[in-house]
Amino acid sequence: MRTPPEAASGTTRRCELAITTWGLHHGFMLGEGIVKGLAETARNFIGSYVEEDRLTTVQYPEERLPAKEAARNFPFLVFDGNDPHAGLRCVACQICEKECPPQCIYIEKSKDKKPDYVGKPQFYPAVFDIDVSVCMSCQICVEVCPFEAIKMDTEFELSNTDRFGGLLLNKHQLAKSNEAYHKIHPTEAAEVDGRLSAEKAKAEAKAKADAEAKAAAAKAAAPPPPKPALIPAT
Amino acid sequence: MTEFCDQIFVSLAHWLVGSFPASWQPLVSAVVSVASIIAVFGLLFGITTVVERKMIGRIQNRYGPNRVGLPLTDFRLFGFGQFMADGIKALTKEDVVPRAADKVIHFLAPLLLLVPVFVAFSVVPFGRNMVLIDIDAGVLFFFAVGAATELAVFMAGWSSRNKYSLLGAMRAIAQMISYEVPLIISSIVVVMVVGSLSTVKIVEAQADFSGQLPHWHVFTPWGFAGFILFLIAAMAESNRSPFDLPEGESEIVAGYFIEYSGFKFALFFLAEYLGMFAISGMAVTLFLGGWTAPLAMLDWVPSWVWFFGKLMALVLLFIWIRGTVPRLRIDQLMHFAWKFMLPMALINIVDAGLWRFLPPGLGRWVACAGLLVVPYVLLGKGLAGGQPFAKRSYRYAE
Repeated sequence: MRTPPEAASGTTRRCELAITTWGLHHGFMLGEGIVKGLAETARNFIGSYVEEDRLTTVQYPEERLPAKEAARNFPFLVFDGNDPHAGLRCVACQICEKECPPQCIYIEKSKDKKPDYVGKPQFYPAVFDIDVSVCMSCQICVEVCPFEAIKMDTEFELSNTDRFGGLLLNKHQLAKSNEAYHKIHPTEAAEVDGRLSAEKAKAEAKAKADAEAKAAAAKAAAPPPPKPALIPAT
Repeated sequence: MTEFCDQIFVSLAHWLVGSFPASWQPLVSAVVSVASIIAVFGLLFGITTVVERKMIGRIQNRYGPNRVGLPLTDFRLFGFGQFMADGIKALTKEDVVPRAADKVIHFLAPLLLLVPVFVAFSVVPFGRNMVLIDIDAGVLFFFAVGAATELAVFMAGWSSRNKYSLLGAMRAIAQMISYEVPLIISSIVVVMVVGSLSTVKIVEAQADFSGQLPHWHVFTPWGFAGFILFLIAAMAESNRSPFDLPEGESEIVAGYFIEYSGFKFALFFLAEYLGMFAISGMAVTLFLGGWTAPLAMLDWVPSWVWFFGKLMALVLLFIWIRGTVPRLRIDQLMHFAWKFMLPMALINIVDAGLWRFLPPGLGRWVACAGLLVVPYVLLGKGLAGGQPFAKRSYRYAE
């Protein structure tokens, strides 16, 4: 026997009876712990009928908790204004497609261009598909997007009877307005809006400065008359 | 009117049997009784599964099943349609038999488990004149038939060729044989005092009233101790928590029925609950006065109402204990059977003899109660080994 004798006897004594251990608060009666336990469960049982706040279960389809602001599930595309096509922020740069770990994003770039929020002509996605059955909700597409065009949604009831086509969302299904974005993630959306308007103001200031500079340059360039002597030389 | 309500099922069966030609009558009588027992206890099984889930849910401050009601309607019936949905699911599920299994024994085990359980109901009196067969050795027959379930359990565990099911079956055999001893010894006291093994005679012996109070065996010191010992042993016999080691899912997945699926699994489940009903029915018969009323003035209520009321009360008590007490360890289980249950049951036999031969009065009560309480306290203290309730120390893992 490897076991030291005093340890063995102590342990066997301690292991004698679970029930005595339960009831044995400093040498009380055998079975007392069970009676206490039964009283506790009876209190829970009756209490669940009497006190409403004991039952913490939210009976889901009928009742539901308000969505948490930090929640995220699948990505969606943000558009400004009312027209999902004209306002779509995505410029089809395809960074998210390349970065997506499970490769669930598929983008085809358009041939023509449309003006973005600053007014600069940009490409737009002719096709933008996300397979939500493949998506793992990692948010990497959101992290890498330089245009604040793709964001995480809180929608989770996406069950579908068609497990192939039904779970492949196209750009019309993915496009959601900036107002909807504000509704689900107010803090984050306000921050994004601030950044975008700052950029827009900066771009406008720059455009204005450029225009002024151009005008000034034009003004400066206009007075000096062409040297007539040079023309015959060419 | 009272008489009519009390005997309504008996008269109905008589009328039904009487409408057949005389040569058919024994067969029809047997079929009617057996079919009604299967129907009643089958339905009771279904309702009990839902009640159990709801009650344990409430004990844990959850709702439990509350959705499934009548199909194609909005009636939810507080979730009591659940057992029908479960039954349909079990029937339509694939029946997987392991390739290495002993196919014949694997198939026979659930049937062999179910048959003795149903046979055991034949000697339980459900009401006045409502017993399928009144044999002189009814109690003996009940326990003899009940012991056959152990064979079925081991057949299931052995034939599956799975180490978990074999372990589960070995645990089940060890547990059921160990607890059969205190179970039978604790019921012997009733046989000693009544002087008969017939279940009908045992109930009749408790049918008197002194004033308003009934003469149930549970209201005597030996009867009370016997009842408690019988209940604990019955819980272990029917593999109910806290004695559900044969199917302890945290250790051996699902025990001896791990390789059973679909309807065979449902049969195991059914047999387990029917075993619980049968043994609770026996507890009611032996200690709680069978179909007799708890107060003399309530004697007008039909006898079968009392029997099933008491049966359901015991089943609810089992559910309550399941929701309270955690599972024992196998050594604790064995220690409890042989070091506590068996001595107490043996002392209880002496106590019943003392009760029989002492003159009635307060002195008899004090003597008999003392004979039980003193060993109970001493056993409780002695088995704990004088160790205070403290933090456990471990030999190897530190």
